[in-house]
Amino acid sequence: MNPMNPMNSEPNIQDMTRITCDPPRPQPDNGEPRPVLEVRNVTRTYAGEPPVRALRGVSFAVRPGELVAVVGPSGSGKTTLLHLMGTLDRPSTGTVRITGCDVAAMSDRQLAALRATQIGFVFQQFFLSEHSTLVDNVADGLLYTGIRSADRRAQALNALGLVGLADRPDARPTQLSGGQRQRVAIARALVGRPSIVLADEPTGNLDSATGASIMELLGALHDAGVTIVVITHDRSLADRLPRRIEMLDGCIIADTASVMPAQAISVPVDSANAVPADDSRFRPGRQP
Amino acid sequence: MTINARLRPGDLARVASVGVRTRKLRAALSALGIAIGVAAIVAVLGLSSSSQAGLLAQISKLGTNLLTVTNGQSFSGQTVELPRAAPGMIGRIGPVTQVQETGTVKNTSAYRSPLIPTTDGNALSVDATSLGLLQTLRTTMAQGSFLNAETEHEPVAVLGAAAAQRLGIDRVFSGERVWVGGQWFYVAGVLNPAALVPSIDSSVLVGFPAAQTYLGFDGNPSTIYVRADTDDVAAVQAVLADTANPEDPGGVDVSQPSAALVAQADAQSAFNGLFLGLGAVALLVGAVGVANIMVISVLERRSEIGLRRALGATRGHIRVQFLAEAILLSLLGGTVGVGLGVLSTAVYAATKGWAIVVPVLAWGGGFGAALLIGAVAGLLPALRAARMSPTEALWTV
Repeated sequence: MNPMNPMNSEPNIQDMTRITCDPPRPQPDNGEPRPVLEVRNVTRTYAGEPPVRALRGVSFAVRPGELVAVVGPSGSGKTTLLHLMGTLDRPSTGTVRITGCDVAAMSDRQLAALRATQIGFVFQQFFLSEHSTLVDNVADGLLYTGIRSADRRAQALNALGLVGLADRPDARPTQLSGGQRQRVAIARALVGRPSIVLADEPTGNLDSATGASIMELLGALHDAGVTIVVITHDRSLADRLPRRIEMLDGCIIADTASVMPAQAISVPVDSANAVPADDSRFRPGRQP
Repeated sequence: MTINARLRPGDLARVASVGVRTRKLRAALSALGIAIGVAAIVAVLGLSSSSQAGLLAQISKLGTNLLTVTNGQSFSGQTVELPRAAPGMIGRIGPVTQVQETGTVKNTSAYRSPLIPTTDGNALSVDATSLGLLQTLRTTMAQGSFLNAETEHEPVAVLGAAAAQRLGIDRVFSGERVWVGGQWFYVAGVLNPAALVPSIDSSVLVGFPAAQTYLGFDGNPSTIYVRADTDDVAAVQAVLADTANPEDPGGVDVSQPSAALVAQADAQSAFNGLFLGLGAVALLVGAVGVANIMVISVLERRSEIGLRRALGATRGHIRVQFLAEAILLSLLGGTVGVGLGVLSTAVYAATKGWAIVVPVLAWGGGFGAALLIGAVAGLLPALRAARMSPTEALWTV
């Protein structure tokens, strides 16, 4: 590992934000690492006449380093589940834990700190600022962590390198193709080295070839140890991922075993986008 | 349990300026109302102060050490003549540096020609004057020259500024003359307006000897102009009446002409209130404009708000961002307004020859008002932005 690498020289974000959980969850005694994300008996009901039951008792766990697809048709509760996993919303009943922290017990400020440090988001619409350069867009992923501007930019340059855009840090999003924009958005999600990356229909606005290259990138990041949950309605895309959670009408109707090797992704990894497989920055062992 | 990092000042400035940088025309238009209001207020206060400074500069140039002694009235209402020896006696007061006198020639008026009936009064007075009057009043000749040791014996007159105008004399030609007390008097010159003693402006001045020779003047001074050391003005003023007319000091009026100008400088223009009120209305309209733009901005930028919440922004971060944006917008307007106000003050003061004075209250108040307006106008939109749930913000685009 390069000792000059700014991503390595930075102080650990988690140390700065000191997120602790009350009460602390004991480490599972079966030797497995603690799940990054736990969803237990979660329901979410939206007020209305009649009330809309978007989730009806959903349970699953995502362990460090997993690449999971949540797949289902429109109205199956995928987006509601994403809101809850991303701590953007709270469950009506049940428990959501991120890196062991119970979302229900945390204040709005604590949840914001959790999102800033532990969760990376990738959106279908990219949500890039057209008036900022790529490196500034990516650096915005660290805006609310208290890191100095120069260090944010240094880490952003590094993250741009991870998605194959290291040579265009000063370009504007308007100068990029859709696939490249989504890469920038992925770099922004990765720049804070989150415990989990939540991708909401990341290929939804892209043609199939470009979408495939984005999935290659996610696969490569998974190989490097990044924990990723992809929300999609595209079954063929979901079928290429190691684990699939299938949803229908607010319930999980199938959850494939998560023991499939990462090599199950059939698409070869593009060398330009590749993350070194031994890059310990994305190894699951670093989670608290 | 958690420490949410505050935005650094540089970062806050960057996120707060997003709206301004990306929608320049809209920002400029919404800041315009505040700019106009602030400009009006700064200009009104600046012009008022500059005119005051101009007046005070004039006063300091003219000096505050001029005292006038005039013949007053007795208890029975009759005019008490000043003794002929009065100027000489006043001149012996220690701190007095200059003494000059004029004497009104009674029942005498001046006309352009003998053809004008004497019933046509033109409110001009004919006064005999001593020769050093110009220096003592610190006024100057507009044209020609003042009386001298020779012309004071001859039928020669010098016209005050208003007197020349009323007599229709705007240039002094050789042989120019006016009809004074049934006799031609040659015009030697015309005075500039005398700011300290405006009564001189409507005078036709002739020499004491000439007045006595040609106009039947009794030789009694009616006004004595006294310059004293500035530090001793009050002391001199206290003894002037007794010195001028020891027999009847109550029949002597003593005054300090600069006091009237100082009072004028201190008086606020009646229009200031009106224009300040108009400026305040413009500011209010500007505030509504900024609030309106911020409400629209919050609605338009829901996805940005949602994204920022997803990136870890707290409600406080969002609130501060939009509040700072409104304040930035207002401050931009305020800065332009202060600039315009100072510029218009400078241009007007320059045409009037005044010193350019923009009081701290004006520009400081302009910036302060802009800041306050931004904070008030931005508060509600900022609260709305902060209240917006991240899910609603992100998925309703």
